[in-house]
Amino acid sequence: MNFDLYGFGPALAAGTLMTIQLALCSLAVGLVLGLLGALGKTSPHKALQLLGGGYSTLVRGVPELLWVLLIYFGSVNLMRSLGEALNIPGLELNAFAAGTIALGLCFGAYATEVFRGAILAIPKGHREAGQALGLSKTRIFWRIILPQMWRIALPGLGNLFMILMKDTALVSVIGLEEIMRRSQIAVTASKEPFTFFLVAALIYLGLTVIAMSGMYFLEKRAGRGFSRSAA
Amino acid sequence: MNWEVIIKYLPKLLDGAWLTLELVGIAVVAGLILAIPLGVARASQRWYIRAFPYGYIFFFRGTPLLVQLFLVYYGLPQFDIIREGPLWAYLRSPFWCAVITMTMHTAAYIAEIIRGAIQAIPPGEIEAARALGMSKWQTLFYITLPRATRIGLPAYSNEVILMLKASSLASTITLLELTGMARTIIARTYLPIEIFFAAGLFYLLISYALVRAFKLLEQYLRVDACQGR
Repeated sequence: MNFDLYGFGPALAAGTLMTIQLALCSLAVGLVLGLLGALGKTSPHKALQLLGGGYSTLVRGVPELLWVLLIYFGSVNLMRSLGEALNIPGLELNAFAAGTIALGLCFGAYATEVFRGAILAIPKGHREAGQALGLSKTRIFWRIILPQMWRIALPGLGNLFMILMKDTALVSVIGLEEIMRRSQIAVTASKEPFTFFLVAALIYLGLTVIAMSGMYFLEKRAGRGFSRSAA
Repeated sequence: MNWEVIIKYLPKLLDGAWLTLELVGIAVVAGLILAIPLGVARASQRWYIRAFPYGYIFFFRGTPLLVQLFLVYYGLPQFDIIREGPLWAYLRSPFWCAVITMTMHTAAYIAEIIRGAIQAIPPGEIEAARALGMSKWQTLFYITLPRATRIGLPAYSNEVILMLKASSLASTITLLELTGMARTIIARTYLPIEIFFAAGLFYLLISYALVRAFKLLEQYLRVDACQGR
């Protein structure tokens, strides 16, 4: 084993940065989709219920890798015709955008269930109190439901984020230069696959540990005002 | 949508689906067998028994399956001992590498499920068994494990579905399972949307069948009847 990594250290660091960016962007997309999905599933309208339920069932039943490949390779024709319509030649989805959409889609499908559970866990009286005070529906959601949902949904979302961070490795398959892709390039040059994949594994472990401690603080902050036994 | 292409390549996709089922089937059964001692040890009161399963679970849950696959398939041949060793016949084949890695990966998750299930058993039931004069091993096999099976079964069925989806990663080490087969067909036909759509349908069908099968198993084991504690 060679411990100076044949000068590939900076490349791996750049890959780590890319992984973090991809994870955070997908998280943002996924949180929005998950919230919309949960609102759909808990809404009184049958059509919205079907839409939210269909989204989470369909996306969760198909592998993440397949979504990444489908969105990257499947969007080529679509983007080309869109580019022709908008008069932008060579319009295409790059690996980062395709990865963000695919991972965000998968995160959102699972987050739908987490948010739905959180919405259902809020006592009915809170919503009714809001109505009695004459608040509008959107206001009740933003001021009463959402701030309380956060605390209940946080542990579930934390688990999903850990899964998301490991799923970013899948985007290396479509050529995005994150940790795995950089390690593969380093392997081709150094002929030491075990060394570099082990380093990649250790980077992911480090990221997981950081995310875990971040979750610990967020949960503690969100749970302030609640006694330990009640939470 | 070009349906004729989907129909034309259906037999190929079926071959891929069969390989997917083989991979998942071996991995979740072997993983369960490996996970029982790991999970029991992880729930132990003594720190030196807990330590190894803790580290094992931490590594396998903290790193992506893709890295683990690459470590085993591309990484291990870096060492001469492996290449000249008796296991080389297996470790050079992508199928066995995928099976070994997926088994070790899922065992870590199942071990956590088993630990959670064991710790969810009301302590009174175990104390009752001990009070009736059962030995530690008798308690484990007649009370703890049957009880933990019923508590952990729903989580185990989730894990099997997750492994079904994770098996698509085997396509990255050249295996032609459902996703790998779809990619090969696309390289020939240049029709990504149709073929991935068909492959996605296969995954949905398989996971639907698995969900139904586990529902039946839960009915057979009377999981519901055991929930009232």
